[in-house]
Amino acid sequence: MNALEVVQPPAAVHVDAVGSVRRARRRRGTVVTGALAAVAAALFVLTMVVGDYAIGPLQVVASLLGLGDDPGADFVVRDLRLPVAAAALGTGLALGVAGSIFQRLLGNPLASPDFVGVSSGASLFAVSMILLGGGAGLAVSASALVGAVVTAVVVYVLAFRGAVSGYRFILIGIGVQQLCTSLISYVVARADVFEAREAMTWLVGSVGRAGDAELAVLWVALVVLLPLALVLSRSLATLELGDDAAKALGVRVERSRLVLLAVSVALTAVAVAVTGPLLFVALVAGPIAHRLLGPASSGGLLAAGAVGAIVLLSADLVAQNLLPTPLPAGVVTGLLGAPYLIWLLASVNREGRGG
Amino acid sequence: MSRTAVPSRAGSSATGPVETAPRHRSAPLLVAGLVVVVLGLLVVCVMSLALGSRDIDLALVRDVFLGGDAAAADKATLLEMRVPRTALGLAVGAALGLSGALLQGVTRNPLADPGIMGINAGAAAFVVLGVMVLGIGAPAQTVWLGMAGAALATFAVYGVASFGREGATPVKLALAGAAVTALLSSLTSAIVLTNVEALNTLRFWQVGALAGRYASVFWQTVPFIVVGVVVALGAGRALNGLALGDDVARALGQRIVLTRSVVFVAVAVLCGAAVAACGPITFVGLIVPHVARMICGPDYRWILAYSVFLAPLVLLAADIAGRLVLDRGELQVGVVLGVVGAPVFVALVRYRDAVRL
Repeated sequence: MNALEVVQPPAAVHVDAVGSVRRARRRRGTVVTGALAAVAAALFVLTMVVGDYAIGPLQVVASLLGLGDDPGADFVVRDLRLPVAAAALGTGLALGVAGSIFQRLLGNPLASPDFVGVSSGASLFAVSMILLGGGAGLAVSASALVGAVVTAVVVYVLAFRGAVSGYRFILIGIGVQQLCTSLISYVVARADVFEAREAMTWLVGSVGRAGDAELAVLWVALVVLLPLALVLSRSLATLELGDDAAKALGVRVERSRLVLLAVSVALTAVAVAVTGPLLFVALVAGPIAHRLLGPASSGGLLAAGAVGAIVLLSADLVAQNLLPTPLPAGVVTGLLGAPYLIWLLASVNREGRGG
Repeated sequence: MSRTAVPSRAGSSATGPVETAPRHRSAPLLVAGLVVVVLGLLVVCVMSLALGSRDIDLALVRDVFLGGDAAAADKATLLEMRVPRTALGLAVGAALGLSGALLQGVTRNPLADPGIMGINAGAAAFVVLGVMVLGIGAPAQTVWLGMAGAALATFAVYGVASFGREGATPVKLALAGAAVTALLSSLTSAIVLTNVEALNTLRFWQVGALAGRYASVFWQTVPFIVVGVVVALGAGRALNGLALGDDVARALGQRIVLTRSVVFVAVAVLCGAAVAACGPITFVGLIVPHVARMICGPDYRWILAYSVFLAPLVLLAADIAGRLVLDRGELQVGVVLGVVGAPVFVALVRYRDAVRL
């Protein structure tokens, strides 16, 4: 410090250099995020172009904007394909952002909501509603929402001991998930076979079954929660420095962590309610965005959301069009996630950040 | 469970901040304890033969085994259902308990369990794939599939989790296990969705149950389990060495890689056979070694010996509870253990900080 104070001019140069690096990083962040958003938008349109009834991309856009002149195309685009595409886009965004927050908050790239109990709690409630309550549609989505929130609260409370450590949160989440899994398999085993099939289909996760009400909830939640998440990402970046450093920098650690967890759990919950538990979307989005944004990128939640949307939209395209029989998108995200997961486990642990 | 005589001191000490290392106990005391556990196991076996949706009088049980007269229905229930069920419970319980103890020893990780680490899921996925894709359904072949799946999952989870400076920490192992489980389950459900009949088979098997398995299943799997048990019981000294850390173990003249490989193969054989017979059952392998450790201290020779008898005791007790708890029908043992085991797991995470062995 003394040397810097004595020799003023070099310090000024230094500050300039830091500034230019920062600007370059910010520029890269903006460009990458913009590009990802553009790709997501293109896939969003493409989802509505592809299908048995061929519609040109321009016509799709025209129909969406209410400028179309072909009522048949309008019907197909707006009533049949838009709900699916909107569900995929919204869920992908939500899962991408939620997964990224989870991973950074818990300090582990494997800690996606899929693996720490939130999704399985939602599944347990939804499957019970299908098989025991005889519910369908909105009732199932609502109970999935409740299930995700209840499970997250249970895990948080059980992991709370003066403060919540990422370590305890992850492990207790996994324990709760095991509990949910055994209860799910019990509920499925005692049901009638066709209802059991319905439940299993729900458990795989698909973007094609969202009704208007679910979509409305999803998008309203996104409009509220995404800006909130972006505002909170500042304290997230500070929390990543460790509890002590964050405290020294004036962050109320426990409260920030609680709010951040609540936001990402809420995002996960609405996503799971709309589509069922789509594995691996939340897991892959954050690390891919991080890699694209380059080293030392803070923030990047929007980019993660865009990656989530891209992954889910392309998974749905593959599932609906490229497979021999159309399958739910969850099958494809599961299979795509496999090699990525192995690579992630290996590389993450080699760097010594895994746990 | 109350029969297992957990010393209350060990139970309450867990809440304190002070590190309370398990104490060594004298050999005669431990032998006496083992005798008590074996007696408890015998009692549970008899209860498992007698209790159920059709209760059978104890005198009648004795008569059937001594060749006396009995009503045909009772005799059939006893010989064709209860006896295989109980025998299977003994074998599978021993297999799961021992593999839990082996895993905890070899990974030096107190939260290791064949279920948590995804080994059961690996075996389950292979069995399901074999049945549905290759059309293999006979128990003689599913055992091999189960062992292959268990071996693959063990290799994947442990191999991947042990990269890096700090080795296979509990969090890494648990997350790797959860991730591999998620992956495999999405694979199986993709197959199941296209085939209703397969789904029907899978959903009953996936719960994890002792019921509905017949004597043939027992005879197909028990040779593997016996081999695994023998190998496992011989591993106590090696595990004691590993517990001191790799460097010390090496200095004491152990071939670490060999030890690890043998232990992992034993785990794969035990878990694969158990899962092929009964479906995935979680938490036995987690709880039992901890109870054993509370009773007999850190010596793995004793922990393994206790686990062989304690695990079937826990499994059969859970199975009996599942038979009695509902008015109609049964709760499968996998569900009972899931519900009972999760709180134990949570307690271990909460109260034994960074849970030491």
